[in-house]
Amino acid sequence: MDARHLPLVKRLLWLIAGAFAFAFAMVPLYNVLCEVTGLNGKTAGPGGFSIGGLIGDPAAPPSPIDHTRTVTVEFTGTVMPGLTWEMRPLTFSLDTHPGEMQMVSYLVRNTSDKPTLAQAIPSVTPGEAAQSFHKIECFCFSQQALAPGESREMPLTFIVNPDIDKSIRHITLSYAFFSIDGRRLASAATSEAKP
Amino acid sequence: MNTATTTIPVAGAHHGDHHGHHQPSGVLRWITTTNHKDIGTMYLTFALIMFFVGGLMILAVRVELFQPGLQLMRPEFFNQLIGVHALVMIFAALMPAATGFANWQIPLMIGAPDMALPRVNNWGFWLLPPAALLLTLPFVLSLFGIGDGALATGWTMYAPLSVQGGFGVDFAIFAVHLLGVSSILGSINIIVTIFNMRAPGMTMMKLPLFAWGWLITAFLLIATIPVLAGAVTMLLADRHFGTHFFSAAGGGDPILFQHLFWFFGHPEVYILLLPVWGLMPHVISTFSRKPIYGYKAQVYAFMAIGVLSVVVWAHHFFTVGMPTPALIYFMFATMSISLPLAVLFFCWIATMWRGAISFETPMLFALGFIVLFGIAGLTGLVLADVAADAQYHHSYFVVAHFHYALFAGGIMGVMTGVYYWLPKWTGRMYSERLGKLHFWLTAISFNLTFMPQFFLGLAGMPRRIPDYALQFAEFNAISTVGAFVLGFSQLIFAWNVWQCAKGGAKAPAKAWEGASGLEWELSSPPPYHSWETQPQVA
Repeated sequence: MDARHLPLVKRLLWLIAGAFAFAFAMVPLYNVLCEVTGLNGKTAGPGGFSIGGLIGDPAAPPSPIDHTRTVTVEFTGTVMPGLTWEMRPLTFSLDTHPGEMQMVSYLVRNTSDKPTLAQAIPSVTPGEAAQSFHKIECFCFSQQALAPGESREMPLTFIVNPDIDKSIRHITLSYAFFSIDGRRLASAATSEAKP
Repeated sequence: MNTATTTIPVAGAHHGDHHGHHQPSGVLRWITTTNHKDIGTMYLTFALIMFFVGGLMILAVRVELFQPGLQLMRPEFFNQLIGVHALVMIFAALMPAATGFANWQIPLMIGAPDMALPRVNNWGFWLLPPAALLLTLPFVLSLFGIGDGALATGWTMYAPLSVQGGFGVDFAIFAVHLLGVSSILGSINIIVTIFNMRAPGMTMMKLPLFAWGWLITAFLLIATIPVLAGAVTMLLADRHFGTHFFSAAGGGDPILFQHLFWFFGHPEVYILLLPVWGLMPHVISTFSRKPIYGYKAQVYAFMAIGVLSVVVWAHHFFTVGMPTPALIYFMFATMSISLPLAVLFFCWIATMWRGAISFETPMLFALGFIVLFGIAGLTGLVLADVAADAQYHHSYFVVAHFHYALFAGGIMGVMTGVYYWLPKWTGRMYSERLGKLHFWLTAISFNLTFMPQFFLGLAGMPRRIPDYALQFAEFNAISTVGAFVLGFSQLIFAWNVWQCAKGGAKAPAKAWEGASGLEWELSSPPPYHSWETQPQVA
């Protein structure tokens, strides 16, 4: 290589390395952005997992209940490929006043013949509501273990913050239960696709 | 451009010496060559072959879509064809064709003896055939019962589908890596050549517009290809190494993949188009017998488009559920690209204004490009509108729009360049009669293929589905007929190029009466080693 080209080539290689690093820097940056804006139903939570983790602050003083408004909260859940569980909400939908504490449960059953460990990942729609949806206690805070054939009612306690935007009247809370047995998702999905 | 040479290059010693001094002959010549003309020819030949490979894939798709119902293939195979068609056409046909142009033309046009990094240039090309093999091999393997075929996610490889897909995804990931490295090597070479090897007196603002277009493309490639490489590397890690970049199970987010992909994917559109926008003014000026209008305006428009192209990516997925302020930002940022683009259109038309225009094949293609690419731009504005996009997203309207941009804009632009420079490269004239036939068949059948798809999209036909509702039958049948005429018309092109290279009428050094620029001061074909003494640009 002609030596006079070397400085420019080096600078261009640095640019390329920078662009490659930028792609990986996007991963934490995107997370921060989502936590700040509530994008994709994500809210910031102290420690642990934060993706869609709607962790309320139990130490906060109880907010006054806003009796002038009613928000409908709907519950849904999916079991992801690779996990042979069933789940359904015992309450499909309820009306609540912002500031009011509510408790609901999901019925979850392990339909496989193996003890399985799994965790539920929550998500709130619309995204703008995510930051105003506080969970006081939730089965999604920790991993859940079920024996073969065992079923369990899994509780959830939440408050819709009175500061929620007046235009929001419906909130959907969705859970996706993921297996955490260390298997790769890809191989799990392939085996799922071939019954 | 007033680039008159004052010294005649001393190329006589090499004139007609097409094999150099110690050049191996036969296949080994092509494998080891570091000559920019040889490498340019290889890029263009490879692009033409892959253009037909990608075309055959989509003709199979159009046969399937000729009638409602599933006639020919399983939906899985249909999904593989559309995704690999796109990757082949973008990465293995359009991009190599543009790089072939750059290799042949940039040294000739800026008065440089070769590309700055000849060995890197050779590597850049020879990464392409293995990449093309990786893309298409899974099809062949599946015929022998190995694996379940090629990438079936569409070319965008969206997670989580691509996290769960078969090994075709892995093949595509490695193909993208190779193609990316090849593009980056090509870009480094072009930037260094343009910065360091211009003829004395050729300031940046005397650089031919084609070189300017490519310079911006090269910087876009350097800024975005590594991001794509990063995204597919994360995808690979999610698939095999238990990471969770895009899988929500471990705290990842599939939408992140879309952001990363389109951070590359939108500039990619301009990567494909900027070389073509660069060559258009040369062609239009030649056949209008007038100097290029608005040289500076076009340079600044290229720069503006280059900068804007990296800040508008999210308009490709308006429907994922973004906050309204983000939607509005991406809508207006996207629409603002039409301003510099309108400057280019204006300059092209103003170059023709009151010119003594003649309609040789390159000019026909240039005019066809302006009209049809204009349609692409206008329908792009419709898609950029957040409210309208909610309806048109993922419909055939999008398919029609980007084929107006990438076939009429990209491929027809490349053909403009091939017809324009073919006499320079081969030293012979192609058949003007066949060229014109090729143009008219292409222009008419292109519209026959894609115009109905706008209406299909407006009526609600989703893309990437092998079957459709009965009311879409007529337009799909028309589109399929158009696609076959379009596909087979390209054989005329291949035949014409072959006949020209084999023995057309001799072309003079300045093959076109109205042409200007350094490349026309060399003989046709130029000597194997040209501009060894750099010309002085006034």
